[in-house]
Amino acid sequence: MWCSRTALGRLQKIAPCTVTGFHRAISTLPKVYVTRKVPPDGLDILRKSGQVQFEMWDSDDPVPRVELLKKVKGCDGILCVLTEKIDAQLLDAAGPNLKVLSTMSVGFDHLSLDELKKRSVVRVTFRDSFLEVCVVYVALCVPRGIRVGYTPEVLTDAVAELTVALLLATSRRLIEATHEAKTGGWGTWRTLWLCGHELANSTVGILGLGRIGVAIAERLKPFKVKKFIYTDVEPRPELAKMIEAEYVSLDELAKESDFLAICCALTPETHGICNWNLFSKMKKNAIFINTSRGGVVNQEDLYEALSTGVIAGAGLDVTTPEPLPTHHPLYTLKNCVILPHVASASYTTRNSMSALAANNLLAGLRGEPMPKELKL
Amino acid sequence: MSAQQILKVFVTRRIPQEGMKILQKAGLCNLSVWDSDEPVPRAELLKGVAGAHGILCLLSDKIDTEVLDAAGPNLKVISTLSVGFDHLAIDEIKKRGIRVGYTPDVLTDATAELTVALLLATARRLPEGVEEVKNGGWSTWKPLWLCGYGLSGSTVGVIGLGRIGLAIARRLKPFGVKRLLYTGRQPKPQAQEVDGEYVPLDTLVGESDFVVVSCSLTPDTQGLCDKTFFSKMKKTSIFINTSRGSVVNQEDLFEALSSGQIAAAGLDVTTPEPLPTVHPLLTLKNCVVLPHIGSATYSTRGVMSELTANNLLAGLTGSEMPSELKM
Repeated sequence: MWCSRTALGRLQKIAPCTVTGFHRAISTLPKVYVTRKVPPDGLDILRKSGQVQFEMWDSDDPVPRVELLKKVKGCDGILCVLTEKIDAQLLDAAGPNLKVLSTMSVGFDHLSLDELKKRSVVRVTFRDSFLEVCVVYVALCVPRGIRVGYTPEVLTDAVAELTVALLLATSRRLIEATHEAKTGGWGTWRTLWLCGHELANSTVGILGLGRIGVAIAERLKPFKVKKFIYTDVEPRPELAKMIEAEYVSLDELAKESDFLAICCALTPETHGICNWNLFSKMKKNAIFINTSRGGVVNQEDLYEALSTGVIAGAGLDVTTPEPLPTHHPLYTLKNCVILPHVASASYTTRNSMSALAANNLLAGLRGEPMPKELKL
Repeated sequence: MSAQQILKVFVTRRIPQEGMKILQKAGLCNLSVWDSDEPVPRAELLKGVAGAHGILCLLSDKIDTEVLDAAGPNLKVISTLSVGFDHLAIDEIKKRGIRVGYTPDVLTDATAELTVALLLATARRLPEGVEEVKNGGWSTWKPLWLCGYGLSGSTVGVIGLGRIGLAIARRLKPFGVKRLLYTGRQPKPQAQEVDGEYVPLDTLVGESDFVVVSCSLTPDTQGLCDKTFFSKMKKTSIFINTSRGSVVNQEDLFEALSSGQIAAAGLDVTTPEPLPTVHPLLTLKNCVVLPHIGSATYSTRGVMSELTANNLLAGLTGSEMPSELKM
């Protein structure tokens, strides 16, 4: 396909090139595949841009793998969500045209970053003197490797808000309470019934102090939290200053926190970091909240800790796997609240993510700086 | 009255240990306690208060003329384990020169916290999410599934910016609330702290994305939230009530919720309490009902219990109460 394009180009006597000029001159818009029916704002941007021709898996449910591998063939860009594994198999199926991968998420553990870095934009070499100049020019002005766009920051508010919502629902036993109200467990007002643990005078610990961790702490402050502490691969003084948080070791974090929020990215280092070693050091009244990635938590150890009263309660928005099968033991625990990965699920946020993903994609295809590019 | 007279006190429920210890240690009173987690039956209450100098009660005990008559002329003080006092016949109590102790301030944090918890759970659809997870409704991540309404960039309206209303407003601010409106009998200087704008009720109702009811129950606020009220709210708005059930007309609320006139509601108080399990509001996915747990934290109930005991003792000895209700 590349060869026939070049033949056409030579016939049309193309002027000195940029990648976009090359494409426009051929009057073939870049080909894009959108792997899910994303919220309307992003789709509007793609349609109205006039810069791409796109196909979409027009469903709320994920595109089957076989279909996905078929559809990405020859694409210049892919807009995906976090359920699609962008690995060597998919990149091979897409082929050498692929320049931009835009994910509608801040997490990127579904992307094989090594594979993405490895693959160059232009693979074919030419002997024709004119085109050799072109190829060199392209290689100089376009970074090697497929560029990746993602959606940090636009979802920070929604995620921080949901994390606090989940923390409060867990510590104040809201799910138990709504259940009692519906099933006749509600008698008259009683002095110690359904009592929970309050944030006032507590110590809140954050594992992984990034944008989201800071946003969570900002929202918790007026509840009269006494102290914020955090741990991370290294101190984060600028972020910590915003919330007056003290840097501590993982052990100290476990021992001192009344409320522990997990906010780190999922990496080989953080995989399973919340295990018996951590839980066994925590306070009996402690509340554990995870809205980062399921893989950070050892779920068997968490079940042990919750069922034996080693910690008071847990709230999870992310699990392994997702969805968590309905027979999983964690569901049997009154002191475990599980949500189906809805941290960024507000109408405005999902539309903002969609718009940003679309804009990242278009900028990448134009060879311009993206609003939010992931540095590989 | 002899100086050594033992004062009779009736305690209408088992209360947290912190309060009981204070009463027992004082050695002033002959304590008669309905030692149960369940309310004292009316007949037992009338019998138990006979000749009492002091009554320590909960908000589920109606202290009306009948009870006051049954107690008789010794009664000097009523101490309630609550900040609300709509269960006390204030006019009658005042007429008889009886003093009243209650528990403002100590439960402000816990109640404001619960109100925000309820608002978030309602707006972000937490109970629905938990349900879907348990019944197999959760398949994979979907872009618009279970989307809710966020506080970021929103307008919040607080009806009644008292101690609790202000505490709620403080806690909502860092969620990115753009405007904080409030209404009441008059503007409050403390509203400045949260950049609160004093507006007429209609303005608040029409412009708020989140309407939070935090006023006390009075003849003026009884049934305030009715058909007209809900008809003025936005279709995307969330209604939260943690004040008293009777401020809301529940039939009208049901209509508003089931017809999509408003997006969702969260209630910690109802009429009656408990709300019968067959009540229509409990059938709605967009209505979250909690069984009046506003102040339900271990530490707060302990502190309330201490304060209630100390109010009672002060009333018995004719001294200054830590928290006396001005009637």
